[in-house]
Amino acid sequence: MDEGDDIHIGRHLQRRRRLEIVFVAAGLLCLILGMLTLVTLFAEMARQGLPRLGIDFLSRYPSRHAELAGILPAWVGSLAVMVVTAATAVPLGVGAAVYLEEYAPRNLITALIEINLTNLAGMPSIVFGLMALGIFVFEFGLGRNILTAGLTLALLILPIIIVTAREALRTVPDSLREAAFACGASPWQALRDHVVPAAGPGILTGIIIGLARAIGETAPLIALGAVSFVSFLPESPIRGEFPFISFDWLSAPFTALPVQMFNWTTRPDPDFRANAAAAAFVLVAMALAINGLAIWLRHRMRREARW
Amino acid sequence: MVVERRQRDAASASPRLKAAVRDLSFYYDRQRALSDVALPIREHRVTALIGPSGCGKTTLLRCFNRMHDLYPGNRCTGELRLYPDDIDLLSRDVDPIAVRMRIAMVFQKPNPFPRSVYENVAYGLRVRGMRSRVVLDERVEQALRSAALWDEVKDRLDAPGASLSGGQQQRLCIARALATDPEMVLFDEPTAALDPVATSNIEQLISELRSTVTIVIVTHNMQQAARVSDDTAYMYLGRVVEFGTTDEIFIRPRMKQTEDYITGRFG
Amino acid sequence: MTVVRTWHARRRARERLLESLLMLAALVSVAVTVAIVYVLVAESMAFFDSVGFAEFVADSQWTPLFEDAHYGIGVLLSATLTCTAVALAVALPVGGWIAIYLSEFASPAIRDIAKPLLELLGAVPTIVYGYFALMFVTPLLRYLIPGLPGFNLLSAGIVMGIMIIPYVSSLSEDAMRAVPMALREASCAMGASRLQTALGVVVPSAAAGIASACVLAVSRAMGETMIVAIAAGSQARLGYDPTESAATLTSYIVQVALGDVDQGGIAYRTVFVAGLALMLLTLTMNVASHVLRQRFLRASVR
Repeated sequence: MDEGDDIHIGRHLQRRRRLEIVFVAAGLLCLILGMLTLVTLFAEMARQGLPRLGIDFLSRYPSRHAELAGILPAWVGSLAVMVVTAATAVPLGVGAAVYLEEYAPRNLITALIEINLTNLAGMPSIVFGLMALGIFVFEFGLGRNILTAGLTLALLILPIIIVTAREALRTVPDSLREAAFACGASPWQALRDHVVPAAGPGILTGIIIGLARAIGETAPLIALGAVSFVSFLPESPIRGEFPFISFDWLSAPFTALPVQMFNWTTRPDPDFRANAAAAAFVLVAMALAINGLAIWLRHRMRREARW
Repeated sequence: MVVERRQRDAASASPRLKAAVRDLSFYYDRQRALSDVALPIREHRVTALIGPSGCGKTTLLRCFNRMHDLYPGNRCTGELRLYPDDIDLLSRDVDPIAVRMRIAMVFQKPNPFPRSVYENVAYGLRVRGMRSRVVLDERVEQALRSAALWDEVKDRLDAPGASLSGGQQQRLCIARALATDPEMVLFDEPTAALDPVATSNIEQLISELRSTVTIVIVTHNMQQAARVSDDTAYMYLGRVVEFGTTDEIFIRPRMKQTEDYITGRFG
Repeated sequence: MTVVRTWHARRRARERLLESLLMLAALVSVAVTVAIVYVLVAESMAFFDSVGFAEFVADSQWTPLFEDAHYGIGVLLSATLTCTAVALAVALPVGGWIAIYLSEFASPAIRDIAKPLLELLGAVPTIVYGYFALMFVTPLLRYLIPGLPGFNLLSAGIVMGIMIIPYVSSLSEDAMRAVPMALREASCAMGASRLQTALGVVVPSAAAGIASACVLAVSRAMGETMIVAIAAGSQARLGYDPTESAATLTSYIVQVALGDVDQGGIAYRTVFVAGLALMLLTLTMNVASHVLRQRFLRASVR
């Protein structure tokens, strides 16, 4: 190997190194671009919406006058819908996950359920809205209310909850199950006492992620026929007289925060767009807070993993 | 034939028979793990199963409390009779949970539940529907005493089971197994994950327990088998090659193969 | 003895009941799919009673709400495809690059911070993205491209692309990280640089997994509703120019759902027809993604 070759190789290596630096820099840039979008999005919303944001905005009804409008029925509606969603999706989702992980025999029906779940997880949300419109509203005649909206979103997030819960159950070591069974526990007792609690944080994370998704969903609610101008609140679930609890709120027409925001966004009047920005601010803050909670939970879980 | 005759001998030679394995074959899917195993288990005696890795000791042990039912694709033929009521533990008509309520198990690695010391020991009782705090307290203490753990943990019954040392955890698992007054306790290499001091504690415990329960223990460690057991079965490739009292097996083995294994020339 | 036996019998009965209940929960997901297919197909059948299939496929106009009604689904499809293409043009390079960077170059510390932050991109409600597209990206684009209409597919597509970055990057990264270390070591031992190893060995080995991630992202983009409903406009227009405003399959559904269209009429049924088309599109994509993923998993086991 003569000197010329050495220099040649040296140059070659130098070029390679430079190329690598450029590549890594570009990779970082892409990453920063993504982060920057997030920051811009938040800043933009803060700039436009913060002036509107205040206790009044949270405690007022919508109005024809942008400055007087608020999101009280919207966030109360969102909350009510979320209650129905959680009450439906959590038992169904966790139950299905437990069945598929712990009971399901390897047969055709199980395979069918598995394929179906993958498929359902990828279904656009608006299709769920159309399904709810056809089944809940037209076939069952349940009406366009909080109950149907909550059920629709529950079905929408069902695959998310099932998939994460199954992953969590899978991380529970067999030694725990065996220990329980060797004590004479029945399958149900082993699950209730040991396996599900051990998978608890993971299952909870899935539930939180699912609910975070549901709270921002707009399309299915619009397809379902959410009203965007509601000037009253659903009836209180607690009453002064016997039996003290009422479920009338379930059948109340509703609006939800994202629907309200959509309504404001599509208005040409720039004043209303400021309202939309303020509503978006609330929405993003909620979504990020909920997701942040999930991420934190997952992080903590990884640290405290016992096995 | 030899094995069968000895079975009868062992059965007649005092302590009564607690269980008897007959013509037991076991399959993981297609793969045969046990072939025509026959083995008597004497009451209030410690029976050791020894043999090289993969010989089927653990598979045989896990037949006793139907652990294999937990996983699909397992299949077995033959009988495993439990006395004095003379039922076939492997029969489809016998509820595996009913079996596990009578026959407890201690695993290779200590596997306490992620709960307090107290709740670990009380779990088997709770599963059986026992609610009375007074009775639970009493039984938990009794079990912990039997497992020689009471003095070490009596002041921290509410501490998580995982906070104990490895040896203590294994004794906790033994207490958990004993709390429900089982007729038999199965030990699957109970000291494999422990240091020598903890090991000797557990061995002593096993020797003491034989006065109250019948014990079957799987072990890799021949000295351990010699120290704790009354009867020994040497297994190889899914068969019981030789069975006899521990003295017979270790001092005058009949089969060349057994002798080779015991003297460390093989395995 | 009998007491014990009835006790066990009662326990067994309870166990069976609970197992059936859990199975029922698992079957709900199947019922949902059946319901979706039933609704979409039944309403579409009613639609095809009055509209010929040839017209549906070939007509170059989509005007169900007008006096002179035309039902050419190709119009809505063209907008959906255009918008998806724009989204991919953003998400593929950015997401792919991020994936390679995170998997092959980034320190674990950066990865631990970047991954959850990227996930947040996918956690922002899509309605907020729609607002962002209309109020921030469109004005920016109009500054760069004079004459761009206030509603356009370009802006919607770009924001949609940003939204699906985490789908591309996270799943692709998983695929690349699943490539065995031994392959990388072999490549480096031959004198290859990390970049050469990444592009020449890791990416090809993970190709099926990366493709699966991208196809899934495409499916997400096609089904995305609120961004296009807000930023892309509502005129149904056949064409593939991203600088135009046009209604997609999804934004058309929203448009009809918001207006007061006679229920049970043919115009109303078009919503379900559009939904069926959308479902078939995304279903195809999801199945393709699944098949690719299975292929990758099988290959990586070997």
